[in-house]
Amino acid sequence: MAFVSSGYNPEKPMENRITDIGPRKYDEFYPPVIAKNKGKWLYHEYLQPGVLVHVAESGDEVYTVRCGGARLMSTGLIREICEIADKHCGGHVRWTTRNNVEFMVDDKSKVQPLLDDLAGRKFAGGSFKFPVGGTGAGVSNIVHTQGWIHCHTPATDASGPVKAVMDEVFADFQNHRMPAHVRVSLACCLNMCGAVHCSDIAILGYHRKPPMLDHEYLDKMCEIPLAIASCPTAAIKPAKVEIGGQKLNSVAVNNDRCMYCGNCYTMCPSMPLADTEGDGIVIMAGGKVSNRITAPKFSKVVVAFIPNEAPRWPTTAKTIKNMIEVYAADARKYERFGEWAERIGWERFFDKCKLDFSHHLIDDFRDPAYYTWRQTTQFKF
Amino acid sequence: MAKHETPMLDQLESGPWPSFVSDLKAQAEKRAKNEEGINFQIPVDVVDDLLGVLELSYKHGRTHWKHGGIVGVFGYGGGVIGRYCDQPQQFPGVAHFHTMRVAQPGGKFYTTDYLRQICDIWDMRGSGITNMHGSTGDIIFLGTTTPQLEEVFFELTHNMNQDLGGSGSNLRTPADCIGQARCEYACYDTQDLCYDLTQEYQDELHRPAFPYKFKFKFDGCPNCCVASIARSDLSFIGTWKDDIKIDQEAVQAYIGGELPPNAGAHSGRDWGKFDIQKEVIDRCPTECMWMDGKTLKIDNRECTRCMHCINVMPRALRIGDERGLSILAGAKAPILDGAQMGTLIVPFIEAEAPYTKIKEEVIEPIWDWWMEEGKNRERLGELMKRQGLQRVIEVLGVDPDPRMVQEPRHNPYIFWKEEEVEGGFDRDINEFRKYHQR
Repeated sequence: MAFVSSGYNPEKPMENRITDIGPRKYDEFYPPVIAKNKGKWLYHEYLQPGVLVHVAESGDEVYTVRCGGARLMSTGLIREICEIADKHCGGHVRWTTRNNVEFMVDDKSKVQPLLDDLAGRKFAGGSFKFPVGGTGAGVSNIVHTQGWIHCHTPATDASGPVKAVMDEVFADFQNHRMPAHVRVSLACCLNMCGAVHCSDIAILGYHRKPPMLDHEYLDKMCEIPLAIASCPTAAIKPAKVEIGGQKLNSVAVNNDRCMYCGNCYTMCPSMPLADTEGDGIVIMAGGKVSNRITAPKFSKVVVAFIPNEAPRWPTTAKTIKNMIEVYAADARKYERFGEWAERIGWERFFDKCKLDFSHHLIDDFRDPAYYTWRQTTQFKF
Repeated sequence: MAKHETPMLDQLESGPWPSFVSDLKAQAEKRAKNEEGINFQIPVDVVDDLLGVLELSYKHGRTHWKHGGIVGVFGYGGGVIGRYCDQPQQFPGVAHFHTMRVAQPGGKFYTTDYLRQICDIWDMRGSGITNMHGSTGDIIFLGTTTPQLEEVFFELTHNMNQDLGGSGSNLRTPADCIGQARCEYACYDTQDLCYDLTQEYQDELHRPAFPYKFKFKFDGCPNCCVASIARSDLSFIGTWKDDIKIDQEAVQAYIGGELPPNAGAHSGRDWGKFDIQKEVIDRCPTECMWMDGKTLKIDNRECTRCMHCINVMPRALRIGDERGLSILAGAKAPILDGAQMGTLIVPFIEAEAPYTKIKEEVIEPIWDWWMEEGKNRERLGELMKRQGLQRVIEVLGVDPDPRMVQEPRHNPYIFWKEEEVEGGFDRDINEFRKYHQR
């Protein structure tokens, strides 16, 4: 492993430095049929799950084949995607906002050979490399985060639960049988990187124990006022502690006011809170971002806690599968998960999904909590 | 032969969905064999050790990455997320495991030439593991050592004309939906506006100068395929002002069953014959549609452009021609004060290059205000809650507009500016007492 310079000179770091050039321009990468017909598309159609056609004013057509992707992927796999794109698509490919891969061809005759090629590609363990689907009224890819692969604040993993849930609902990645599309997302802590707060179904990593305090190091490693200001419920105050006869500046946490959000640990390395038994998953439901029919909605907490069950998180996967099945059977055409739950009433939602309603699900965060309680005699028995 | 036993991760190799474990294992093996003779600049067994540390996390139910990590490249204050393993003796291959954010092209269109060059750099100077893509949009290079950061940056800028993305308290990497590139609903060129603003504000992206992070996202229409309304501090959502265009023959083709509703999105189930009354007219949120004999009518003045009818009948109904976008501000995740979606602050603005009005009349005034008034680590949405929507209206220099609220306030705790009230606030109690005895 001999060091190979790129040409960068560490003796003169600012010499020959290029900055502020930004990303490459979008149109360098357009396939010819896209470049030619941009802004002149007339309509589209889903030919089958995972396959779209767009028709332009010119009469040109572009066929898109959408494949599931694990998001976390190796250069080896990207090179295989390149090989497929060279073979079928003139060296062009794109990714979607849900991290699926899209291969585009400009003629119908090129679709089936591409589908056949993709269907034959599997990993050594047997899973599909490029399952086709993710369109229309089905379950598409799960927007997710870093988990135990790279992050320091997670309460659960990301890649593992996503694989487990997608295996469970895989048939609906390749089908259009839902009342409307179902967006599932995951965040491994409540920083909620991604889309957990606005998805039909969301998986959220959650702690249930207050932070531990590394008093000996806290004042050396943390800016104490930042840790104090990081707490949404004002559970943290400055404190003097005595360790081994030494008086140290530190903080005190009022455990009665702490709801384990972990934001103080984000600001202060001496307040870790991860815990094997304490940590797990919260399930939320009913969010959406589109403005179709109803306004965008936040997802709501419907399951207060499911333990982490590595490697396959069976309770999480089964709970989600069940919610999707009940929704599919009960909701009306075009009705998103949250629209359905609001129409039938949340009391009926818990009833139909056979989910426990515990005190954890009742909002108690500041003034707005009041607006989530029921100020009416209208309810169902 | 794998370096570490991974009995739990091995169970994630089965099942139909693409297995990240299988992919990582293949990559570990590929590096070990090194058939291309790559001069690896970080440990050959980095991927083995990544699997090893992940297996340990599966066993413990806890992460094994140390807190934080401050690394980067000279000239920039962000773009790299430092990370160190908390068991470096056991997993030396990931003792350093920093992430580099690489600015992605609009719409995430690529050529294979470009992707291969990216892979060549990352195979040699990094782990060969990526995220395609990060939630904000960046290409994520997952895992390298500190000494390689400048080398990767030099190669990206000099050989690929390619910059890093954003991280820290700054403008993060903007992202867009596919827009006009391949969608008939796009009301403006999302890719062009995204690219233009990304280039315009490179300094704000690379050198943190803000109270906290700030994100732009660009949606071509209210379907919000890049979720700008939930995931960006300033959300740009395409819309139109004139009439929805109706092709009455195509409407009849939908009614007659020749065209599938919603472009065939519900083909996996028998929902019965398409019923325009039930599926479109009765679902319209403003009840502004009706059939006049065989003609579909829309009272466009009452339409809120939710997209439902266009989504259901894309070949019969088209967006209007007087196009632009709405700007919504303040979306954020829950920390600290609770989650927010974007609030409408500009109902309609033109979206034609060079986008001067958008920059000078919206983005820069908002930044001037938030950069001065925002508290440490206070998102724009939280400043809006603290100082009020009225302040945004003042900052933009526009008139209050009923479109900016869902409903008027129901509490009567109304502030008045002193100059709005006859006689002002400066009053003499003795004058009052002349008419009102104690």
